Amino acid sequence: MDAIFLQILNGLDKGSAYALIALGLTLIFGTLGVVNFAHGALFMLGAFCAVTLNRILTISSTSIDPTRTDFLGNPMQVQTPYVEKWFGTEFGASLIEWSVPLAILFSIPIMAFVGLAMERGLIKHFYKRPHADQILVTFGLAIVIQEIVKYFYGANPIPTPAPDVFKGSFDFGVLIGYEANTILYPYWRLIYFSFAAAVICAVFAFLQFTTFGMVVRAGMADRETVGLLGIDIDRRFTIMFAIAAVVAGLAGVMYTPILSPNYHMGMDFLVLSFVVVVVGGMGSLPGAVAAGFLLGILESFASKAEVIAILPGINQVIIYVIAIFILLMRPRGLMGRKGVMET
Amino acid sequence: MLGLTRNDNRLLLFVVGLTMLAPFLLNPFPEGSAMAQFNAGYPDLMQRFVIFGIFAIGFNILFGLTGYLSFGHAAFLGIGSYAGVWMMKLLTMNVIPAILVSVIVAGLLSLIIGYISLRRSGIYFSILTLAFAQMCYSLAYSVFTPVTGGETGLQLSLNDPRIIGTAVTDSGNIPPPNLFGIAMRDGFEWQVGDWLFTFNAGYYLAAVVMLIAFYISIRIFRSPFGMMLRAVKSNQQRLDYTGLNIKPYTLAAFVISGMYAGLAGGLMVAMDPLAGAERMLWTASGEVVLMTILGGAGTLIGPVLGAGMIKYFENIFSKINETILHQWFAFLPDGLEDAVVFMIYPFIGKGWHLTLGIMFMLVVIFLPGGLVEGGQRVGRLFRKRKPDATSDASQTKPAE
Repeated sequence: MDAIFLQILNGLDKGSAYALIALGLTLIFGTLGVVNFAHGALFMLGAFCAVTLNRILTISSTSIDPTRTDFLGNPMQVQTPYVEKWFGTEFGASLIEWSVPLAILFSIPIMAFVGLAMERGLIKHFYKRPHADQILVTFGLAIVIQEIVKYFYGANPIPTPAPDVFKGSFDFGVLIGYEANTILYPYWRLIYFSFAAAVICAVFAFLQFTTFGMVVRAGMADRETVGLLGIDIDRRFTIMFAIAAVVAGLAGVMYTPILSPNYHMGMDFLVLSFVVVVVGGMGSLPGAVAAGFLLGILESFASKAEVIAILPGINQVIIYVIAIFILLMRPRGLMGRKGVMET
Repeated sequence: MLGLTRNDNRLLLFVVGLTMLAPFLLNPFPEGSAMAQFNAGYPDLMQRFVIFGIFAIGFNILFGLTGYLSFGHAAFLGIGSYAGVWMMKLLTMNVIPAILVSVIVAGLLSLIIGYISLRRSGIYFSILTLAFAQMCYSLAYSVFTPVTGGETGLQLSLNDPRIIGTAVTDSGNIPPPNLFGIAMRDGFEWQVGDWLFTFNAGYYLAAVVMLIAFYISIRIFRSPFGMMLRAVKSNQQRLDYTGLNIKPYTLAAFVISGMYAGLAGGLMVAMDPLAGAERMLWTASGEVVLMTILGGAGTLIGPVLGAGMIKYFENIFSKINETILHQWFAFLPDGLEDAVVFMIYPFIGKGWHLTLGIMFMLVVIFLPGGLVEGGQRVGRLFRKRKPDATSDASQTKPAE
């Protein structure tokens, strides 16, 4: 039983990432009807927002400390980050340490801008083109974004640690009546999951309880009629695109302590996120979220040694196998609306 | 000739000329000159041109004709390579069985994958093929390690049985892949003045195979079967309404293009007998999509051009480094030189993928027909200059 709990928990953090990316993909598909292969690149950009903020905060001035010497006997050079100079050593150091959570604030305007620029600059011209063209052009865009990031940050993963407070693990077992140390769960993953849940709730609440969200939902159902009512639906869909970009970016920012960002992390997640979207049902927001968590948890179950002993290699392919089954058995996915891209 | 129309004949002859004279055409600059690094006439690269040309021709039969965008074609190339290496391990170092078996194995795999994937169309088809290819890749890395060699890849060894051929040469080496005794790496070099031309047996084998593949693709394009595939692309619904079952046609196209991919994989092994799982990675599938679109999907010559172009950039552009750039622009004043190099550097050398991505996007946005369409447009531009009056007269004007 405790093993089952552990696997569920392990699946949650990856599942949250899938759910967030898939949510963004579905938002874009549901509103604009565009298949965005560059969404993984947005996730990656978010992660690199965190890296960038960390780099900005650690820009240092070099001074010579006469009291200490390095191993050659010369006076040692000390790097002092400017933030420590300006805000005091203690506060500055904690700023640097908390760079990942701070990057949430930093990344929102950046990702929103990237999303707007992408939609207005490129995707706008592809509404009427076939899906194959949309896939191809966003695929090209993803390559371009990747290569730009690679040019500036290199090809190696850049470790970006979480604040020290979250370094340990949370003893989840004690909470539900098991012995100590049976179900350990790193704090950061817990935070990632709660964060993802909060973001997802926020997006749903935004769509459900605001006038803006209502109009967007109406536009998803029948774009033409909403347009005829004199509402500038295109502008709202563009904003939804920006929101989807921000969601992907936030997923990336918070994922950096779990996986050191490198330039192709987006592509790795994108393939799986597409599978998630398809399993959940194209155009269904709850479906995307549910399928994201479901596949994350299933993947973690499949990587258990006992399961691999019965079905070798299942941990590698479980997601694809499920996707293939779903697509063939239930073409519209778990919660897909009737008639949306069923063929 | 060969049952082709005059235009197709000319195209085929053009491609024959291109491939047969490639050692000359790709080596326009004398050895040792500053431009020699743009020479692409070395066997390794020429082989890659034609092999990826075959791969792209095959992909074009599926995507160009039916419009089904497969993102998993590399799986067939990968499994073809594995099958080829296994033939060389078990049977003989002669390349014929290796190539034949890789085509057959890839055909079988594409039959299975195609049968399932083709039940859906549009983006679902893309995702299904992508999922299958990633599955093959993951399996090759994990469970099938005894068959595929896992991360190290599949290589020949001295202990292989090789029932028909010789297992070990007299000197104790693994025999090279050969065609009835002609080793694939054999060839002769011809020195003319400063120019050095290399004629390689492996290249010419691959080139001949590519010409056959190209000929078959012309015949498919011009056949009633090809017409049917085009009908699938232009309006599948209408075709359904006429009571036709399109599934056999699309499946046949899928299997044919899978066999082309297997052929490319087999040839790859024939040139260099090793295979690795990374050939099945979805970026490899993406590459053939890039080649086909860049050259012009749905055209005969486009995929070959696209494949050649991408492979040329990959091998030649990526070699240019900062020092070479500085040499080129040495005639500029110092500050300007640095500025120009700084501007250009991100786009070449290691960053050539960026150029590729931008080029690809531009082609998709402005030239959906690829380079071939670009060429036609330029051609029309020049042709229009003279008989301007006639074209005006022939155009029907809307009634006022």
